[in-house]
Amino acid sequence: MMIEFPPGWIIIAGALLIPLTKGVLRQGVLLALPLLALAMIWTLPADASWQAGFLDYTLSPLEFTTVGKLFATIFALMVLVGGIFAMRTASTFELASAFLYAGSAIGVTSSGDLISVFIYWELMAIGSTAVVWAGATDGAYKASMRYLSMHLFGGVVLMAGIIWHIHTTGSTEFTVLGLEGPAQWLILIGFLVNAGAPPFSAWVADAYPEASPSGAVFLSAFTTKTAVFTLLICFPGSNILIPVGCFMIFYGIIYALLENDARRILSYSIVNQVGFMVTGIGIGTEMALNGAAAHAFAHIIYKALLLMTAGAVLYQTGKRRCSDLGGLFHSMPFTTVYGIIGALAISSFPFTSGFVSKSMISSSAAYEHITWVWFLLAAASAGVFLHAGVKYPWFVFFQKDSGLRPADPPKNMQFAMFVFAFLCIALGVFPQPLYDMLPYPVEYEAYTADHLVTQFQLLLFAGLAFFLLLPMMKRTETISLDFDWFYRKPGPALLKWLLQSLDKARQALEGALIASIKRMIQNSYDAEEGKPKGYFARLWPTETMVVWVAVLLTGYLVLYYI
Amino acid sequence: MSEPNKHWLMKAESIRLLWKIFIAILVVTVFSELLIHKHEYFGIDGTFGFSAWYGFITCAAMVLGAKALGYVLKRGEDYYDD
Repeated sequence: MMIEFPPGWIIIAGALLIPLTKGVLRQGVLLALPLLALAMIWTLPADASWQAGFLDYTLSPLEFTTVGKLFATIFALMVLVGGIFAMRTASTFELASAFLYAGSAIGVTSSGDLISVFIYWELMAIGSTAVVWAGATDGAYKASMRYLSMHLFGGVVLMAGIIWHIHTTGSTEFTVLGLEGPAQWLILIGFLVNAGAPPFSAWVADAYPEASPSGAVFLSAFTTKTAVFTLLICFPGSNILIPVGCFMIFYGIIYALLENDARRILSYSIVNQVGFMVTGIGIGTEMALNGAAAHAFAHIIYKALLLMTAGAVLYQTGKRRCSDLGGLFHSMPFTTVYGIIGALAISSFPFTSGFVSKSMISSSAAYEHITWVWFLLAAASAGVFLHAGVKYPWFVFFQKDSGLRPADPPKNMQFAMFVFAFLCIALGVFPQPLYDMLPYPVEYEAYTADHLVTQFQLLLFAGLAFFLLLPMMKRTETISLDFDWFYRKPGPALLKWLLQSLDKARQALEGALIASIKRMIQNSYDAEEGKPKGYFARLWPTETMVVWVAVLLTGYLVLYYI
Repeated sequence: MSEPNKHWLMKAESIRLLWKIFIAILVVTVFSELLIHKHEYFGIDGTFGFSAWYGFITCAAMVLGAKALGYVLKRGEDYYDD
């Protein structure tokens, strides 16, 4: 019999093994552990479970659902291909942190109770912060600290919700919760902070672009998609998620359109894509939930691919701003092709993975006749093509010639990009294996003539709008204000003012006290006579002593009678 | 006028050609609608060329909207530097 334990632990063990190995041995670890985890995820018997006592509760860190298995699979695959991409350039610190981070994310997918979820949640926060930190610049360090504060805040809200929930229901089970009271709302908010929902969306585009070329690839996959997974398990059909998701979709598009930094464009687009998944979870029909899960799977692949191409460009040129790039197709033909494939997949272009997954979400809005959602999703699909499908490859690889002629990146990076580009197309053309992994039976045919024609119309005319309005999208060397302004500008200023005022008040109080003590001393001294003022100062010391002895004896007498 | 040193994709004449091909494809996608049976769920989405004009107009609106918001939200890159 096979030893059954959570597959995520294999990857977490990697975090310990990586610093101990180097060279070929390290590369072996990077490849073998994710493969081992994948094998384990797929060979564990359906009833595998593993339980441990913790205080008065039973933890079950090994309890796979269908959705859990789907997410565990794509997470492990991401570690494998991300590891290949990072193999030769990432620091030991970054690789070890990434494995801790990814292993904890896989841990969440196999959790059967909320306490285990929370423990992995916090481990993820630490691992991912370290990955940002491994960007090893001053900007990366500062961004990682803002990132950590945000996630610790989310973690505290989540913990409060979980404790409250366990206290009121007596159940630690990680299952459908529903929004019945404040406890469940707190849990929802804790999850949504990690999903990048409003008003906490800014951390995504703040932190991810500061990581190293490979760090951003790892970061794009786990935090937000683990949040999608937990929402799928706990809050399917919670209608509040529909407007939240729609807001995220358009937030991502608008901010990506304003942005100049190539990797920040892609980070905003993560929020946009997670918005589609959150909307699907909010719609909550079997088809919508299938769509959300499938879209998460497809998204991890094409978003990682896009960030790999942006990372390859950064690695080869040291530049990440669109205004510094352009014309790279001359010398980076492979990266250009992979970038275009990723861009088409994220735009749900027919015959790519995004087409077969995202259309399930928008079709479920149509089947449910949720009119405004369907019209918003249709506009958003066009908008994705605008900001990620055309804008990203156009400004990085084409537009004006920047004169840069970097070569394609090292072979391991090219291979990782090839694998994911291949999967983007393979899943688009043969979606069945993906459909088979989904939680509910799929009775959906993406490739109807009707759907193909309308999708081509929508996307190609979005492309037409892009090129006609190109002069309006001239790159400016700017950043865009977001909700993080509050805790980066007035927040610290307010804190500084508060601390200064407190300090002033303390100084004033201290000054007043010292002055009053001095005054007391001054007033009790007669400078002319050269001795202290007051009754006792006029007596001889022996006389004073007699007075005090009399007082003491009187006191003794009184006490004796009481 | 030939531009011998430029990559094919960068030449003005090829760009003109690409535009022509693109417009031809756009026309084809719109008119291929006549050959298929369209599902409609909300009425207006069943009208001729709906996805085409809807995609174009919403995208134009998003670009203009982003541009307008940009006047309010955009700051210099060193805005947050101490």
